Amino acid sequence: MRRSRVRDDVTGWLFVAPVVVILGVFLLLPILMAMWVSLTSWNGQGSPFKSGVPFVGLDNYGRLFTRDDLARENFMISIRNNAYYVAIVVPLQTALALGLALIVNSRLLKGKSFFRSAFYFPSVTSSVAVSVVFLFIFSNSGALTQLLGFFGIQGPQWFSDARGVIHLLLGMDTPPAALAGAGPFGLSWWEWLSGPSVAMCAIIALVVWTTSGTFMLMFLAALQDIPVTLEEAAVLDGAGRWQRFRYVTLPMLRPTMFLVLTLGLIGTWQVFDQIYVMSQGAPAKTTLTPAFLSYRTAFRDFDYGAGTAISFVLFLIIVLLTLFQRRVMRERRG
Amino acid sequence: MKHLPLAALAVLAMAATACGSGFEDKPAAAPQSSGPASLRILIASSGDPETAAVKQAADAWAKASGNQATVTPAQDIHQQLGQAFAGGTPPDVFYVDASRFADYASVGALEPYGDKISNPDDFYPSLRTTFTRDGTFYCAPKDFSTLALIVNDGLWKKAGLAASDVPTTWEQLTAVAGKLKAKGITPLAIGDTRDRIGAFMVQAGGWITSADGKQATGDSPENLKALEYVKTLLKDKLAEYPKQLGASWAGEAFGKGKAAMTIEGNWIKGALKADYPDIKYTAHPLPAGAKQGTLSFTNCWGIAAKSTNKTAAIAFVEAMTKADQQLTFAKAFGVMPSRQSAKDAYVKEFPTDTAFVDGAAYAQGPVNAAKMDSVLADFDAGLQQLTTQDPKALLARLQKNTQSALGD
Repeated sequence: MRRSRVRDDVTGWLFVAPVVVILGVFLLLPILMAMWVSLTSWNGQGSPFKSGVPFVGLDNYGRLFTRDDLARENFMISIRNNAYYVAIVVPLQTALALGLALIVNSRLLKGKSFFRSAFYFPSVTSSVAVSVVFLFIFSNSGALTQLLGFFGIQGPQWFSDARGVIHLLLGMDTPPAALAGAGPFGLSWWEWLSGPSVAMCAIIALVVWTTSGTFMLMFLAALQDIPVTLEEAAVLDGAGRWQRFRYVTLPMLRPTMFLVLTLGLIGTWQVFDQIYVMSQGAPAKTTLTPAFLSYRTAFRDFDYGAGTAISFVLFLIIVLLTLFQRRVMRERRG
Repeated sequence: MKHLPLAALAVLAMAATACGSGFEDKPAAAPQSSGPASLRILIASSGDPETAAVKQAADAWAKASGNQATVTPAQDIHQQLGQAFAGGTPPDVFYVDASRFADYASVGALEPYGDKISNPDDFYPSLRTTFTRDGTFYCAPKDFSTLALIVNDGLWKKAGLAASDVPTTWEQLTAVAGKLKAKGITPLAIGDTRDRIGAFMVQAGGWITSADGKQATGDSPENLKALEYVKTLLKDKLAEYPKQLGASWAGEAFGKGKAAMTIEGNWIKGALKADYPDIKYTAHPLPAGAKQGTLSFTNCWGIAAKSTNKTAAIAFVEAMTKADQQLTFAKAFGVMPSRQSAKDAYVKEFPTDTAFVDGAAYAQGPVNAAKMDSVLADFDAGLQQLTTQDPKALLARLQKNTQSALGD
């Protein structure tokens, strides 16, 4: 009896061996190698695994948080930018995706498949191509500026405007004395509370537009899974339109909502290609994100250790936020 | 059997070590192959004319010398080189941008072959300095460009100005810009980076680092004077950044006739010819501050320290940097030869370029120190907001960051 269990185990492992090997070689191993690099000050010459590579322990990580220099400031600015970016993109794209899904799912809509494809189209287009088109739309003589001009509004110079929108909304150019002092991690409170820059807003608009199509499909699939009988029962009970949405549809969508929020959170913290194509962190570093900073630190400054350290910190942020989000959603269910 | 995952991890770790040994470097001096070499050449081409010209020259060299040469234009040469160095198989010969030279040299990626090229003193001294680190002349300058004052002749006439009004000092620049402004013409379009505004710092007698690239000299009174002058120009709308003029760079604003003057390098010739062929312009030396000053931009022919064909690579660079060959390149894609012996022939061929070529005598090359890229990017971010920021604080910040990058 015991022997056969062992044999079962071995057989099982044999069956999954190909996957284990593939995941190990292409996923686990590179991660371990990167982790090693993040503990060294390897300069990109030759192998990071030979004996001469200087081992610096957690110095690369410590530098991001404790030492008062440019590396920390850039990192903190990138975290700030990305935090605002996530805080705006995730709710917006989720709401938009849900709205689009509800429209496409509605029985009254004619030409459903047309709208479904139309809404999904931005998601299947290459993000680089979309970014370039948006560069034209938001350029100083571009379509958007002209459209605003038609209504007599003087639009901002989107991609060269580094002012934060919160500062703009408050109508303040210089910080009040209370906020001018140094805040956490070397940035002043005033800098932390800038809000996304005008340039970042343009990128936010682009990302919301491109990604909501994918999430719409997920919501749509979930909506179509909700039994019609449930809704009919609610109608019989005298529930209005809003009540049906709030107390029947939304609770049924909870697993999908979790999926969409999680994917959105992960995707937005890792934003890279739009930044790379559209702004490279300019103007005045207000579109710098950790993913782009990590790339720049490694491949432009040859500081591979610091670059990988940034990406591991980013990984940690994503994991923690996802866990936090899971807990919040679970509590609400309980 | 609970330990199986652990066992798998152990196997992986062993595999990692095996891989690691696969990465292991060859002995310090890369073994040199004998016989005909097959050179791989990576270039950061400015466009098809350059790619074609370099390919043609490489083919001619290969045929004459019995070697092989493959020229590849790079998409993003910094990234491709970074990856190639890390992978241990860099191309034999490649362009090295002057602003990146110190980074490559400091990590030992470049072969210091500069003095093995015939007649190295023929290269302009300022270019040799640009590619010298710790007293070693590393690589041969490919060609160079300098900044000059480009004047739109049409707008100049429209404002009632004569050729003698072209400013030669800061005071004259302010005066003439005021006259243009009064006529409703934007006087000057200037790029918002240290690669343009830095010229004013040089003219005032300052620069970001000391000549040997070892000391930070950002917060000098000279630099402050320069930034304050540029700030006044910007504040009084005597100068504008290209983005304010709805252009991606100053040359575009100038080509569209949105500014009467701009400060750009000789690459503007090709750009204007291609995009704005109707515009009439002339190039003049930049107005002097305390002294005459401009910035130079250049690439060198880098040879990888890990190349196995160094002899052939040096012979290739020798052929590419010959005065005749450089003149051919100059005609093909509008760069200026890095050898002084080619100067007369070049000026004869392109008489309107005198202002650019003469700049070589007093030009300042890019910052020659490693790990400065992010520091300078930060300085640029400050310059973009020069109108609202305190130049003194900007320079203090530059000084602090430079010091920490240089480690002094």
